Amino acid sequence: MKFVDEFRDPAVIKQTIEEIHKLAEPGRHYRLMEVCGGHTHAIYRFGLKDLLPPGIEFIHGPGCPVCVLPMGRIDDGLGLAKQDGVIFTAFGDMMRVPGAHGSPLEHKAKGLDVRIVYSPTDALKLARANPDKHVLFFAIGFETTAPSTALTLMRAKAEGIRNFSVFSNHVTIIPALRAIIDSPDMRLDGFIGPGHVSAIIGCRPYEWISRDAGKPIVVSGFEPLDLLQSIVMLLRQLRAGEAKVENQYRRVVPWEGNRGALAAMAEVFELRPYFEWRGLGFISQSALRIRDAYAVWDTERVFSVAGVRVTDPKAAQCGEVLKGVLKPAQCKLFGRECSPEHPVGALMVSSEGSCAAFYTYEHRKAALADLTVPA
Amino acid sequence: MCLAIPGKIVELVSEFPPVAMVDVTGVRRRVDLGVLVDDLPRVGDWVLIHVGFALSKIGEQEAEEQMRTLRLLGEDRAAMEEVRGYGLEEPDRA
Amino acid sequence: MDGASRIHFGERQIEMAHGAGGKATRRLVDGLFVPLLFESTPECLGDAAHVQMDGVRLAMTTDSFVVTPLRFPGGSIGELAVNGTVNDLAVSGARAEAMVVTFVLEAGLPADVLEAEVRAMGQAARAAGVTIVGGDTKVVEHGKTDQMYITTSAVGRLLPGVTLGPRAVRPGDRILLSGPIGDHGITILLARGELDLEADLRSDTRSVLPLVEAIAKVAAADLRWMRDPTRGGVATSLNELALDCGLGICLSEERVPVRDEVRGACELLGLDPLHIANEGQFLVVVAPGSADRALEALRAAPGGAGAAMIGEVRQQPAACVLVETSYSGSRIVDMLVGDPLPRIC
Repeated sequence: MKFVDEFRDPAVIKQTIEEIHKLAEPGRHYRLMEVCGGHTHAIYRFGLKDLLPPGIEFIHGPGCPVCVLPMGRIDDGLGLAKQDGVIFTAFGDMMRVPGAHGSPLEHKAKGLDVRIVYSPTDALKLARANPDKHVLFFAIGFETTAPSTALTLMRAKAEGIRNFSVFSNHVTIIPALRAIIDSPDMRLDGFIGPGHVSAIIGCRPYEWISRDAGKPIVVSGFEPLDLLQSIVMLLRQLRAGEAKVENQYRRVVPWEGNRGALAAMAEVFELRPYFEWRGLGFISQSALRIRDAYAVWDTERVFSVAGVRVTDPKAAQCGEVLKGVLKPAQCKLFGRECSPEHPVGALMVSSEGSCAAFYTYEHRKAALADLTVPA
Repeated sequence: MCLAIPGKIVELVSEFPPVAMVDVTGVRRRVDLGVLVDDLPRVGDWVLIHVGFALSKIGEQEAEEQMRTLRLLGEDRAAMEEVRGYGLEEPDRA
Repeated sequence: MDGASRIHFGERQIEMAHGAGGKATRRLVDGLFVPLLFESTPECLGDAAHVQMDGVRLAMTTDSFVVTPLRFPGGSIGELAVNGTVNDLAVSGARAEAMVVTFVLEAGLPADVLEAEVRAMGQAARAAGVTIVGGDTKVVEHGKTDQMYITTSAVGRLLPGVTLGPRAVRPGDRILLSGPIGDHGITILLARGELDLEADLRSDTRSVLPLVEAIAKVAAADLRWMRDPTRGGVATSLNELALDCGLGICLSEERVPVRDEVRGACELLGLDPLHIANEGQFLVVVAPGSADRALEALRAAPGGAGAAMIGEVRQQPAACVLVETSYSGSRIVDMLVGDPLPRIC
């Protein structure tokens, strides 16, 4: 696969890892936050952790749209799906996320019309094909995905399709990053920036991180060589005592961002005054709602939405794990009441959530290591 | 938010809205080019696909430059080791 | 009841995940079916059971087939039903001889749809060398089933010299795979039409018996364990082996054969080919001394050209499946809870 296989070249990977070992100062502990859940997934999937010097520690960031979605929003969406003639559509990522009364898939098993879509345009297609039903698209995602929802709404408007609405749970990355960096328990050395969010917003929005917080940030791609090169760039900055924004993912990310995408978002969305983030609490100006001009395609205005608020069980420490204060294994519910088979919190449900990733890739190895007599 | 894959434009399906047929090693899907109207990609171009939309053109030059830079890492070190071998460098601090 | 089963089934109701072949299915089987249906806990449950009758050892198996759409590139539910059961017997070291078929049909099902499936089954049975000797039909009200469900059960004769079981597996044994993975599952996913993806892909449904016989011919005594990785994919089958034998199953990622189109679809949808269903492949664990010979025999047999040696058994990591990359990175691959779902994150 072009633009994929080159960045998985084993010889170049090995030599980049050697460079990282050379750059990492012995005895120094590096706490690097990879902001995006996709990077969390990539680090584990490509087995990169074990190849790096032990002094490098990854703190998983808040860039997992499923993980930060408050449970109440799922209940709101599913509540609407219970109405006659409503087709509930969402990305596959949402299907196993538990609401207070079950996940979308569990609702489907009980007879609700719940369907997985790959694209919001597929949901719009369903609306065209089913004029007697109302298709509700449960939208999630950061700035990577919001432009696609925006364009879909623009298409719906242009075609006059009225049996379609979007329940927007789009969130923006910068306020979440601020909340983490401003948090008093935060001690981070640098950031691996979200490559695909940056394809939309560019690199400028991160300048305050280096300027005000004095930390380096490297916007990274998702292949093994992208991540490894980004770590090289971060280590070089840290060695030199620098704090700059750098773009490793230059084949995709334009420094100024994608004008067309930002314009589409501005046309359709505006910032909510505040929005609740699971684990992080209420953050102002951090989420997108649909503008008045598109009100007839806004689920929250077409229907009366219950506005359910569900608090996580007190014992679930999703917030602290999300902020990187606790490691997944340190949460009291980890591996016991909360596992990929019966997830309590969203960090365990999403395949890129820290807890799910840790459970799948590390927990079993660690648990077995305890039982093993060294060879 | 992050799963996006490179694909090659093999056909332009429609102009308004701008939609192309994109190929990912033999798998084809219609992809909306709506956010790239400022510099619309053409047949043969590579784009990054996410949820049925093209988010960005993929720069072949930038990709090649990146690989060159990475390969040089190894060469730099090889060159440094050679020089060290001549005994002209100061010994590394332990 | 000999109180051997330590896993109880504490869930209140049956969910879709219980039928997906992964962890939830195992919980149901281990926690509810086994304690209630078996006199004593079987050492391990394979694809087929061996029964002794009047001194003759026979293999017996059953399987049900539920698929949407009924017809797809490369096959249909009828072929899956025949090949699936023939394969269950084949990987337990037996040649299917006689088969019975049960149809549960939805009222309103067009007769020509049924006819097409029955024809397909007849053809598949002839191709696989198994005789259909009987069956049963039930019709349920419209809406109570997805057009048709088919169950097939078969008995067969054990192949000479072949004794299989996870307890026979040893560190150093090699793992062979008969051909590229993911074709069936991705074909079905695309055939449903919901994802708007096109690819030149077909289900790999076929009888693997000829390939099993080919390796049994050259290495019968050295075959340790076999399985056909259907729902849940190679990852699920190998995790079952890992749990049953307590050893480490280590795969080399670059050696696992995957067609470009399957790889492309998996990358696009965020799926792992190791979790995708196959209907015409099998895994076999062979003692190291015969592994090369067995692989050659597979490759030389019709339909075996894509066979590969994909890994080996080690002491560690115990009871896990480990996948190693070409640059020495590694990751643990677990069984899924339910079916793999496309993702965008």
